[in-house]
Order: sequence, then structure tokens, then C-alpha cells
Amino acid sequence: METLYFVLESLIKNIVVIACLMLFVAYLTLAERKILGYIQVRVGPNRVGPFGIWQPIADGIKSFFKEDVIPLNADKPIYILAPMISFFTALSMFALIPFGDKIYLFGREIKLVIADVDVGILYIFALGTLGEYGIVLGGWSSGNKYGILGSLRAAAQMISYEVALGIILMGTIILAGSLRLTEIVQAQRNTWFIVYQPFAFLLYVVAALAEINRTPFDMPESESELACGFNIEYSSMKFALFMIAEYAHLVTVAALCTTFFLGGWLGPVLPGPVWFILKTLVMIFVFIWIRGTFPRLRYDHIMKFGWKVLFPLALLNLVITAFFATLS
Amino acid sequence: MDFSWFKWLMFIVAAALSIVGSLMMVTRRNAIHSALWMIATFIAIAVIYVMQNAQFIAIAQIMVYAGAIMMLILFVIMLVNLEKDSVPERKFSSRKFTGAVITIMLFFEILVIATAYQITGREAVYSASMLERTGNVRVMGSLLYGQYLFPFELASILLLIGIVGAVILAKRKKE
Repeated sequence: METLYFVLESLIKNIVVIACLMLFVAYLTLAERKILGYIQVRVGPNRVGPFGIWQPIADGIKSFFKEDVIPLNADKPIYILAPMISFFTALSMFALIPFGDKIYLFGREIKLVIADVDVGILYIFALGTLGEYGIVLGGWSSGNKYGILGSLRAAAQMISYEVALGIILMGTIILAGSLRLTEIVQAQRNTWFIVYQPFAFLLYVVAALAEINRTPFDMPESESELACGFNIEYSSMKFALFMIAEYAHLVTVAALCTTFFLGGWLGPVLPGPVWFILKTLVMIFVFIWIRGTFPRLRYDHIMKFGWKVLFPLALLNLVITAFFATLS
Repeated sequence: MDFSWFKWLMFIVAAALSIVGSLMMVTRRNAIHSALWMIATFIAIAVIYVMQNAQFIAIAQIMVYAGAIMMLILFVIMLVNLEKDSVPERKFSSRKFTGAVITIMLFFEILVIATAYQITGREAVYSASMLERTGNVRVMGSLLYGQYLFPFELASILLLIGIVGAVILAKRKKE
């Protein structure tokens, strides 16, 4: 009976989280276009419904009915597999993120996280590395030179910035003394880690943007030189899957930022999940703001910056944190 | 209702996938397809690790092998851009014959050892329930930086030598 309850509980949590995430991602596209429009002094989408509120649904229906083209010299199985890898890993990362404290329902204790595992953040990193295959293989299998260039760039950039990203988060892991995300949030009950680790927070924002290929670092799909890069040959739902994965990654990165630096679900008066969503929305707004503000960097500058500036700074942050942690 | 049948099913699937994956890996013509089957094999092995209550090793397996190393291998294959025609035809040669003999001998060695030695369920300090209580990563860390500190540091020196060697090779090419 206990097992049955467990299965039922996990099933409900999965459905709720995936449904919320999909809705979030759909309206994130609208929010991004609206905010970018505001930053660039134009209106943004406003034709479908008031304030363009049905735009994401219209986009979704449109991509369903588009013709699905597979290029003649594409590697067909990998070409079909690549968007699925991207989509699947982007979704499964969200299983680890705690969006609230324990609640009591029908006399049962329910944790507001799908899987509260001991390896926590490592699991998210592992899925992140697997997610890169989606982009790399997608570009390679299209049989297009721009696609291959995009995927080579993606592979090099993601490997470089992943190293720095891991080391940046080590500082907060030392402070919390655990890899479990719920325990990391609990450790911030008195002070958020952004107070102890302000530099790590800034470095995290930079490294995370590079990791998910967003605008100052969007080398794999830079329109002006690679004509969209890795997803150049993709159309219809396969293209939509890549897009959904990209925005889901954005949500994940913002949610991780909330968990590691902004105290997760902790906050006065309002219930935990509301605080969590509010903080995540603020981080997402910052990411969109950065996209509207900065121009794209040059590729060799990005690689140089990653290895010669970001990586040493992350190491320095780790060493200093470890030093003070052993003192106290 | 217990999970044992489910665990058994998962083991069968993971084991079958790792065997099929490694077979496919060595028989594919396309180098990228081989690399992909290798990733599938690594992930299947990680699943088996999870079922042995070794979460940390499973995740390390996925992160390091299936993630980082295979990404580098894919990267190199894409850069070199191995054409399908450039792969030489499979011909019988003395080198392949010796390789086959050695492989078969190793296989029989493993078979003999696996059947000859009785692996008994010895009472261990690090049982599943103990790992559950103290946390998988904590146990791993205290073992690596405590009891096995010396071999661990030796391994890191070995890796450092590898890095230095790679840097020297890369530098020499540039001149």
C-alpha cells in the first residue's frame, strides 16, 4: 500500500511539474519578446489576443502543422534523436529542484521535490553534459557545414564553461556541507549565500549564460555568421523541441541560481513555492535583460575569457571559501 | 508489493543494453555511430551501479565517461571528419588473428574466475543501510580522503603528468 502511495505521489508531482514547466516555457517566449521589444523601443507581439497573450499557443499550433523536412544527406536516426536528447535532459533536470518545503496532506508528509537524491547537484551536471549531445549531434547529423561549425563551437564552449561552473558552485557546497539541494536551501535559513558568495553569484551568472548558449555567448547559433548554426536544417516540431529545451534550460539555470544563492523557497509571509517562483522570475528577467543589453562576443574571446579569466577566478573563490570555512 | 521484480527487470534491461551497445560499438562502420553506442553502454553500466547503491560512482560514470570524455572523442572525430570510404576494408591479417586469440583467452579467464570463486555475502562495514544513513557522497569522500588518501593522490599525480605531456605535445606542434 505504501508503495502504491509512493508511485501515485511521484506520478502526480511529475505531471504537475512538467505541466507547469511547459506553461512557463511557453509564456517565457512571449515574455522574452515583449521585454526585448520594450528594451529596443518597439511594441513586440501584439496581434494575437490582447497584449499578444495567445501568441505562444499560436506559435505552437503553427509549428505542429509545418512540413517536417529531413535533408537528403542527413544521418537520419541521429537527426531524429538529437532534439529528443535535448528535450529529455532539459525536462529531467527539473526533477531535482526543490520548489518548496515539506507539506502535510491527508496525514502524509510530502516533499515538494520530485527526487531528493544524495548526489543532487552532480546529477544535474551529469544531465547537463548529456544534454550537450543534443546540440552537437543535431548540428553534425544535418550534413550542413554551418551546422557542423555550430556543433563544434558548442562542444568546445560547453566543455570549457562547465568546468568553471562546477568550481563556482563548490563554494556554496562547502558552506552548505551537502550536495543535496534541499539541504543547501535549509543551510540558507539565516543568511542567503549571495551574502557570503557575491563573486560566485556574478561568476555563476556569466558561466551559466555561456553554458546554455544565451546571447553574449550564443556562438553555436550566431545568426550573422552561422545562419542559425546547429539547428539550421531543423523544421516543424523538431525545431520546436530544440526551442523548448533551450527555454527549459533557461528556467533550470534560473531555478538553480535561486536554490544556490537566493535562498530557494525561503521567505516570510508567502508560501514557499510562491517565493521560489518569484525569485526564479527575477533571475529570468535578469537573463533577458542581459540579452537585450550586450552584443555577441567573438568566439576566440569567449574561449580565452573562459579559460584565462573565469576559471582562475572560480578557483580563487573556491580556495578563499575553503580557507575561511576551515577557520570557522 | 515490493520492488524486487522491478529491480530484476531493470537489471536485465541494463545488462542487455550494455552487451548490445558494446557489440554495436565494435561493429559499426561510422565512427560517430560507434561513439554513440559507447555512450549508451556507459549509461547502461551507470544504471547497474545505481542498483548496487553506488549513486556517486554512477553519476561520476555519466559525468566523466559518458559526458566529458565521449564529448572530446566526438569532437575529435568531427574535426578529423572521417569519411565512410576512408575506413579500410575488413581483411584477414595476422595482427587481427592475434588480437582475436588474446580476446578469447581473456574472456575465458574471466569466465573461469567468475565460476571458480564463490563470492559470498560477507558482512561489510559499508552496507546499503549505512550508506543510506550517512549519505553516499559523504562516505565516498571520507574514504577517498582518509583510508585511501595515498593512492588517490598518486592517481592525481598521474593525471597531472598526462596533462603536462599533452601541453608539451601541443606546444611542440606550434613551432
